[in-house]
Amino acid sequence: MASAPSNVAADSVANPLARRLATPEGLDLRLTLASAGERAAAFLLDGLIMLAILAAVTLAALAVLIGGRGGGREVLAMIWLLGAFVLRNGYFVLFEMGGRAATPGKRALSLRVIARDGGPLAAESILARNALREIEVFLPLTLLGASAAAGDPVDSAVAVLGLFWSAAFLVFPLFNRDRLTVGDLVAGTWVVRAPRAMLLADLTGANVHEGREPFVFTPEQLSTYGIKELEILEGVLRRRDPAALAAVANRIRARIGFAAAAGDLEEAFLIGYYTALRARLENRLLFGHRRKDKFDVA
Amino acid sequence: MTAPPTNGAGLRSLRFRAEREADWRRLEGLLDKAERRRASDLSEAELMALPLLYQSVISALSVARSTSLDSALIAYLEGLAARGYFFVYGARLRWRERLSGFFRGAWPAAVGGLWRETLASGTILLIGVLAGYLLVSRDADWYGTIMPGEMAQGRDPTASTAFLRSILYDGHKADGDGLSLFATWLFTHNAQIAILAFALGFAFCLPTALLLAQNGLGLGALLALYGSRGLAAPLSGWLFIHGVTELFATVLAGAAGFRIGWAVMFPGDRRRLDALAEAGRSAGTAMAGVILMLIVAGLLEGVARQLIRADWARWSIAGVTASLWLAYFYLPRGGKR
Repeated sequence: MASAPSNVAADSVANPLARRLATPEGLDLRLTLASAGERAAAFLLDGLIMLAILAAVTLAALAVLIGGRGGGREVLAMIWLLGAFVLRNGYFVLFEMGGRAATPGKRALSLRVIARDGGPLAAESILARNALREIEVFLPLTLLGASAAAGDPVDSAVAVLGLFWSAAFLVFPLFNRDRLTVGDLVAGTWVVRAPRAMLLADLTGANVHEGREPFVFTPEQLSTYGIKELEILEGVLRRRDPAALAAVANRIRARIGFAAAAGDLEEAFLIGYYTALRARLENRLLFGHRRKDKFDVA
Repeated sequence: MTAPPTNGAGLRSLRFRAEREADWRRLEGLLDKAERRRASDLSEAELMALPLLYQSVISALSVARSTSLDSALIAYLEGLAARGYFFVYGARLRWRERLSGFFRGAWPAAVGGLWRETLASGTILLIGVLAGYLLVSRDADWYGTIMPGEMAQGRDPTASTAFLRSILYDGHKADGDGLSLFATWLFTHNAQIAILAFALGFAFCLPTALLLAQNGLGLGALLALYGSRGLAAPLSGWLFIHGVTELFATVLAGAAGFRIGWAVMFPGDRRRLDALAEAGRSAGTAMAGVILMLIVAGLLEGVARQLIRADWARWSIAGVTASLWLAYFYLPRGGKR
């Protein structure tokens, strides 16, 4: 922790889902666990895909059945039964064994399964975590069906009680810090965000103000802000919302006492200030001064 | 101190990025390719380059964290390093290596390691069989409670001895030619029950034990029914030709469930999470084997039982499969690593 940059330490306090993974190279990778909402969304997406596949296969089988001779009926029914079995038990396993360790639903939300100890994700772990979907998902569904179908009030009451009991497995991730499902717990896995970040252009290279003299700031004007403000400024510049750009530019000018020249573009001024501020703060980094924010006066 | 240039050209972090960006892009491209298809699609040169590029991204990330304030750049490198890490240390084996490791060592070792749980699970099943047998022999009314109509398929105390016998030797010919369909249904049903028995182990073992006992009860009731007509021996041939494999698989699924349930309740001197993850791995391996055994049982039931009608032949197949499984799982192996 001592060597950890302070802004990230502050981040991990702010974000309860941030985790560190030490690589053998001695670097700590910063990972973010998937939130319960993301996981539920991914699962719903997978459920819909499975239902769509099942419906398509069933319709195709029915079409063949109606259009064809009666001889193939048994084979067709066998294929359907086996197909449904493989879909129910194999869908998650086969996708998670693939290169991206994620089902289509997880991919859509940029999630992936990893081993909690950072080691390789073993096939048996994937099997174990998905076998437990039997009690996480299919058991509650079965009991839901049973409680709806039961004619006898006693049977119905038993099924409802069973439903509550089994729903405990479904909502398990809401009650632990790491958002682990029952399957994650047994398999030693967790699900992390794995966004495929694009490498954005460096803002200091952007030239939106052809022909103007470079903005020049005095050291005093550059010692007003710290890293946190620089990052906020970067965010504003990347979003390029004109109203926000104007508001921030006015605020900074007022604060550092910089006179606006006629015809200056707000964005150009901000990029000029961002570049100068970043150059100064990075320079100070090399000397071991990491100025967290504007209140951090070394 | 003079004001730094404002066009950014002098920024060290910008030069740092310019010098390395090509490597990052290359790693990104290779990872895209590797993730989209299988790792084996990468060429030899690309496979060699990947770990080196990963190392360079790792060191770039470490430098960037301490010298660059471009948070978009750092976010990009964090993501790329994580992807590289999962590829390089994910040690994805090829399917052939995975399978050979499973059959040669991992499967029998996992089953062998579950021997205590297997004994417990087998005992519970046996108690179920015994209870079912005793209940139905004393009072035939129990039969209807234990075996619901759909499972019994007409095999109940009111059926004639000739009918009961006909099921053993003529298969389900009476129902038309739905024979292989029935076998398929049985396989998917039994496999689903086995997976459920495993998963229920997590709920402190108890539901798994109930499921095993329930399975045993049905078996015992059937034995009692056929026994009362003097058909116990032919029934055992009919049952055990595939039942040895199927019941063994069910017992192992229960044992795997007990293993994880036990780890939840009694993690020993490890953290509960670690104990559970370790139990889950060996239980997961055993479960992969259970599915395979159920496929074998389904084939024996759907094919072999229909072709082989002689009791002695059915018994010998039962005996042979039993000894094969036992030898495979429990005999010590020479040259085992």
